[in-house]
Amino acid sequence: MPALIPTSTSEAPPQVAARKPRTGYLLLAPGMGWLAVFFAIPFVTLFITSLQVPTGASGVYAPGFDIANYGEALSQYGHLYIRSFIYAGLATLFALIIAYPLAYFIAFRGGQWKGLLLVLVIAPTFASFLLRTYAWRTILADEGPVTGFFNALGVLPEGRILSTSIAVVAGLTYNFLPFMILPLFASLDKLDPRLIEASNDLYASPVTTFRKVVWPLSLPGVVAGTLLTFIPASGDYINAQLLGSITTRMIGSAIQVNFIQFRDYPIASALSVMLMFIILIVVSIYIRRSGTEDLV
Amino acid sequence: MVESRKVEDLHLRNLTKRFGDFVAVDDLTLTIPAGSFFALLGPSGCGKTTTLRMVAGLEDPSEGSISIGEQDVTGLRAFKRPVNTVFQSYALFPHLDIFENVAFGLRRRGVKDIKPAVEAMLELVELTPMARRKPKQLSGGQQQRVAVARALINEPEVLLLDEPLGALDLKLRRQMQIELKRIQMEVGTTFVHVTHDQEEAMTMADTVAVMNEGRIEQMGAPADIYELPETVFVARFLGQSNLFAGRRESSGSDSVTVAAHGQQFTIPNSRNNAPGGDVIVGVRPEKMTIVDAGDPIPDAHDRIAGRVVDVSYTGVSTQYLVKTSWGEEISVFEQNDVVGDQSAVGDSVEVHWARDHAFGLDGTGTSADDVESAMPVV
Repeated sequence: MPALIPTSTSEAPPQVAARKPRTGYLLLAPGMGWLAVFFAIPFVTLFITSLQVPTGASGVYAPGFDIANYGEALSQYGHLYIRSFIYAGLATLFALIIAYPLAYFIAFRGGQWKGLLLVLVIAPTFASFLLRTYAWRTILADEGPVTGFFNALGVLPEGRILSTSIAVVAGLTYNFLPFMILPLFASLDKLDPRLIEASNDLYASPVTTFRKVVWPLSLPGVVAGTLLTFIPASGDYINAQLLGSITTRMIGSAIQVNFIQFRDYPIASALSVMLMFIILIVVSIYIRRSGTEDLV
Repeated sequence: MVESRKVEDLHLRNLTKRFGDFVAVDDLTLTIPAGSFFALLGPSGCGKTTTLRMVAGLEDPSEGSISIGEQDVTGLRAFKRPVNTVFQSYALFPHLDIFENVAFGLRRRGVKDIKPAVEAMLELVELTPMARRKPKQLSGGQQQRVAVARALINEPEVLLLDEPLGALDLKLRRQMQIELKRIQMEVGTTFVHVTHDQEEAMTMADTVAVMNEGRIEQMGAPADIYELPETVFVARFLGQSNLFAGRRESSGSDSVTVAAHGQQFTIPNSRNNAPGGDVIVGVRPEKMTIVDAGDPIPDAHDRIAGRVVDVSYTGVSTQYLVKTSWGEEISVFEQNDVVGDQSAVGDSVEVHWARDHAFGLDGTGTSADDVESAMPVV
């Protein structure tokens, strides 16, 4: 028996060492496979399509390397990018203003109702995105009470809400609000209320306490929430289409029209690639500036 | 930078706090002298933390007033009070480094040139090399010292400490007790320390107030309260006590004789707090001596016969549990300074103590079972 011990111990360690990393990769495989099939390959296809050249026949394109697709897309639809980012930026800002007090209230005053209040925040998403956006058409209709109320105040420059940029931004704000509330709630809920008491105890007024303690500690939630709102909002076209007019089209509408109606796949692809690229740059600058890695 | 200053007394007048039907603090009137180290001692839920939070301004009193010297601060919000708190879990700002944590109060008050003050304070708590670390990178004891520095730098009239050592292990707690005492002597600020640890309160404070159910049971110097508790609660909560409920039999010019369980005990008049005929005789375990049954007992000692049911050796002392003829278990602590010959479980023994060490408590309305059945609260 004793003679067996050295052999078994000398063989065992390399086996254990070899198995460990393999198991790790094996667990990663489904995710990696998913990303490869549904993200990497489509993206490469999209990029190749964006460089194809027309053959004359509608919807048929030959392989090529036509950088001009990008120039054409940009000259035709460049202003839509700017409009998309302005709308998405405004919607993100309004969502933040609405969501912050709400998340704060649920986190600190929710008590036993916390769970229920969170369910209520998500509840609207149980109904379809399209359905909810259609509902907003009715709410904001020209003859409706909302438009009537604001007209009575005389604050609407065009005398209506539907088919204006106001409606589009309102729709975007509404539709992406839960994605702002949830991360904000998560980081505010983690915040120890005693830190607020400590700040009060150390001569900070409620306003200063918010600026110096609560806000900085909730920044991870603010960053996550703004990204989850801004990114999908800037690529959205449903709100622009259903609540806006031809003058409020966003970049998503241009991509959709080129792809489905004009069957101009290279242009639609070029627009998509550029949208992804711009968002990537904007987001990396934003994350670097807000320095999330330094936060708790 | 840090020097003794003129500080003012803290007065609590008829302070009451109710949460719904529950009275957390019940009509508390108290003066805490300037510059003292004052401990509010009590079990959890006795209202000590609520009292502290009312002084800090984090809780509004239902009734009564709080003033510092002549200034009534009852209506003042927390951030306007000249009072700072060391929180139970320290509540250091995780996003700020140690320097900025300590500088927080000074910055809020718009103090110019804070660097020397912060550095002096970090020096006092021996954390100068940690100035640029984040709280998370510090050990529990270091975080605790940051919490003290962050509060003290504002030179408050009163420093409130809410179970400040609760999260530390025993050894570090001992060390911090001495450290806090040193800092208090150095700065001369009034410290109000809330704790449930009787040993901590006695080691650190000049004055200890024992709280129970929203009221102060007894207040005084630690040694005075320990040697002569005035209520059953204090006798139990501050250390341990052996209590025997009985009736006064006769009163002499300087002592009373109490009959309990068919035996007679004598208490000096100066140590008897029972106004009526129902008297509870109390003796601290370390005042008792154990001898074999039948051995001679010194003069002016009282005795009880019993049987040893448990012996625990704790190093410096041995703790015996002795069961009396009427079934009560009494504890006896003996210093381990005798060579050989210790009592063992099952031995028939006699426990005796000098009559001058006995104290008398008011036994009105308490039955013998109430007093004797419960084990001492530690």
